[in-house]
Amino acid sequence: MTSKSDLPQGTLDLLILKVAALGPVHGYAIAQRLQQVSRDVVQVPQGSLYPALHRLENRGLLAADWKDTETGREAKFYRLTRKGRAQLGTEAASWQRLTQAVGLILKMSEGGAE
Amino acid sequence: MSWWHRFWRRGQMEEQLEKELHFHLDEQTADLVAHGLAPEEARRLARLWLGGPEQVKEECRDARGTRWLEDLLQDCQYALRTLRQRPGFTAVSVLTLALGIGASTAIFSAVNPILFEPLPYPNAGRITMIWDIFQGLRSDVTFHTYRELAERSRSFEAIAVMKPWQPTMTGPAEPERIDGQSVSARYFRVLGVSPALGRDFQESDDRFRGPRVVILSDALWRRRFAGDSAILGRQVRFDDDIYTVIGVMPRVFENVLDPSAELWSPLQYDARHITDLDTTEWGHHLRMAGRLRPGIGTEQAKRELDAIAHTPVPEFPRARWAAVKNGLIVDSLQDEVTRGVKPALLAVLGAVLLVLAIACVNVTNLLLARGAQRRGEFAMRVALGAGRTRLIRQLLTESLVLASLGGVLGMVVAEFGLRGLIALSPPELPRVSAIAVDGAVFAFAFGMTTLIGLVVGLIPALDASRSDPQTGLRQISRQTVSGHQLTRRTLVVAEVALALVLLVSAGLLLRSLERLFAVAPGFDASHVLTMQVQTSGHRFDEFRGEIENSARFRFFAQALEAARGVPGVNAAGFTSLLPLSGEQNGTYGVSFESDPPGNGYNIFRYVVTPGYFASMGIALRRGRLLNERDTAGAPAAVLISESLARRKFGSQDPIGQRVHVGPMNRPWHTIVGVVGDVKQTSLAVSEPDAAYITTNQTWYVDDAMSLVIRARGNAAGLSNAVRKAIWSVDKDQPIVRVATMDDLLAKSAAERRFALILFEAFGMVALALAATGIYGVLSGSVTERMREIGLRSALGATRGNILGMVVRQGMTLTGIGVVIGLGGAVAASRALITLLFGISRLDPITYLGVIALLAGVSGIACWVPAWRAARVDPSITLRAE
Repeated sequence: MTSKSDLPQGTLDLLILKVAALGPVHGYAIAQRLQQVSRDVVQVPQGSLYPALHRLENRGLLAADWKDTETGREAKFYRLTRKGRAQLGTEAASWQRLTQAVGLILKMSEGGAE
Repeated sequence: MSWWHRFWRRGQMEEQLEKELHFHLDEQTADLVAHGLAPEEARRLARLWLGGPEQVKEECRDARGTRWLEDLLQDCQYALRTLRQRPGFTAVSVLTLALGIGASTAIFSAVNPILFEPLPYPNAGRITMIWDIFQGLRSDVTFHTYRELAERSRSFEAIAVMKPWQPTMTGPAEPERIDGQSVSARYFRVLGVSPALGRDFQESDDRFRGPRVVILSDALWRRRFAGDSAILGRQVRFDDDIYTVIGVMPRVFENVLDPSAELWSPLQYDARHITDLDTTEWGHHLRMAGRLRPGIGTEQAKRELDAIAHTPVPEFPRARWAAVKNGLIVDSLQDEVTRGVKPALLAVLGAVLLVLAIACVNVTNLLLARGAQRRGEFAMRVALGAGRTRLIRQLLTESLVLASLGGVLGMVVAEFGLRGLIALSPPELPRVSAIAVDGAVFAFAFGMTTLIGLVVGLIPALDASRSDPQTGLRQISRQTVSGHQLTRRTLVVAEVALALVLLVSAGLLLRSLERLFAVAPGFDASHVLTMQVQTSGHRFDEFRGEIENSARFRFFAQALEAARGVPGVNAAGFTSLLPLSGEQNGTYGVSFESDPPGNGYNIFRYVVTPGYFASMGIALRRGRLLNERDTAGAPAAVLISESLARRKFGSQDPIGQRVHVGPMNRPWHTIVGVVGDVKQTSLAVSEPDAAYITTNQTWYVDDAMSLVIRARGNAAGLSNAVRKAIWSVDKDQPIVRVATMDDLLAKSAAERRFALILFEAFGMVALALAATGIYGVLSGSVTERMREIGLRSALGATRGNILGMVVRQGMTLTGIGVVIGLGGAVAASRALITLLFGISRLDPITYLGVIALLAGVSGIACWVPAWRAARVDPSITLRAE
């Protein structure tokens, strides 16, 4: 197993919103999904997951219902609200811009060093 | 979900959080087991990944955004629990605070509308009073002065003059004298208030022989006219004249310039004969008020009026006595209303704040004592990880809860106190109707409660949180004298000092009142009933012939006969001027034959019937009294007061000397006797110059005379029979101001008595609080020093030694407090000067008496713990260690 990177500050919220955008999902499933999608590269701090979920729920970006899972247990399912979808849009866009900008700077500095 | 919603459902949310985390752990464990781990190991790993469950929950709670509220609630619950564990401490603290908060809230609500709130008029700050100046003092203005200023001044939007008007309303019921005002047209515009019904006065109403119109107060309209909405245009009879009602004032209208007035009519003075100086229009008898233009201050207005005063113009010639050579005085209306009572009210407000301060000091002391007992608990909590701020917050919450309980109870105290205050209030107190527990009062009480909670809590909280947990934990088992005793002793010293200030003030007032009632009024007040009988109607119009033939003279003579016939009446007489009645218009100029011409001065002139002296019990010093033979045909006789006789004639005999009373064109009155001095204005004022003449020999009969009756038994009980007797002569003449002389005596000292009662109450509370403060500190100190005391007595100290040691400790605190308090009392007595009578504000007897009282009470407070200390059995205390 390669060493995992920490999640950059503030991106956990973005990732949670993205996962929830795919349909109602409970906390454990979000953790699993993040783990799988990031192919074990990103360390998702499970301890931060629930406070983040509650914070997003308070801000009205997520809504939650108690529903049965496939295994018949009751779990708290989070889904994206309209406000959350809008937030996801703007945050995803700004993330894209940021990464592009960082990428550009990194390329430039390589060229400049030679 | 809103934050209070989340807060409200926090129990359910906790449950769901628990369930959610549990689900996560179960799923994770199941997954790991599916990957081949042993269930135990899977469980352990799942927990490890999720992190400490309590920590995760805390973070989730923080995310909810209601954390501060939950903490507050928890603190409050904890505070209530700890307070309940100590019911004695809680009850004493809450009661002390309730007393302090209640008393100061009650006083504040009484003082607020009078001293601090603006008067109930639009832009009330622009309303001013304008006075002429006579011998440096404020004086009423003449009508022509008013006209000139109203015409020439540019500083005012409106200027108006007013004078009392007391017409009689007759009808099938008893005749009623209505209090009213004659006002110039712009009176209500100066106040900025318009009638609720009908119209205001116009310039055309206020001209000589103008239309007879009146505006009614809401109260009069409801009382006499049943609130009839068709009142406008109705004809109403006042004093035999028919007036048309043109308006009704709003119900909320408060007429601070004459609070009892219920009726207004235009002044209708004659502006034309300005050069005729012998007219009412040139008399100083009008009060003047003005509304300043926006942006113009009283100073600016005064400069303008003074400039006008110093530049007479031909179209406004002036009488010699109304030349306004010294300019004019311009005051705000607020000052005018509060001038008389401000010193007393500020003194009372200061006193109640002292009581509040003492209450706070006492509760702070109690909290400190408790803090000392709870040192172990605090140390334990710090050791378990509570932060210093958390601890301070907890203690402040406790004191705030305590203060809130005190505040709630205090509002109850305030409500009752206020009722008592209003019942006790002296008649001079303005705006009594505006006194109520309103928003401002609630804000005051709430603000004060919060402030007190913080103030009394802060010292103990800092004291407690400063302690080092290690020593604190040790103290659970061992008591040693600690530094906080110093703070507590300082507070006790402060308490004693504050109590001394209050007690000295109360003592000075008490001695003043004693002195005041020791003043001989010059008459015998017991068994004396008085009432004012007024004549009203055209049948009493100006009569130019012999005075004894006038309708008014005959009416008073018949009324007197009727009153004499009532069973139980020993003696009866009329006087134009009744001592202590508050009547203002009794001074006239006199000049003795021996005086150089034009050299007269003012004295009180009493026009009386001969029976007056027997009824009042006024002493004859020389010569004879006035009698039935001093009629219109007989030589004019006069009695003078002994002070006037002494001042004017020294050791010479005044009998037979001649004097003019009133107009110089009347015959000389010959002095036939000298009578004792009488207090006219109040017991505190000495203006003993007076002259007495009979109703037969005066130059006009006053339209209202006071009947004075000496009763065989209970004077007050005669009032109905006497009134019926007078009405049997003429049923339409109003009888007002029925009072015994004892009532009038009490009323003349009402303001001082009011202040005294409050100061006495505050002083007693302060004394009790200071005593409990001393007791509390000493008994705390004895408890803490049990071991030391035991050791001392084991080493041979006698009970007397120990008793002395503890008492000395307490009395030292009292002594320091007394010294500091003396300085404060001397300073505070300055504020009381206007209320004192007959004693110096440094009266040594008062100061010594108060010190003795304080020393006595604190001696008792010291003795109880000292006695306990002296009974310490060394074998027990030493073994207990």
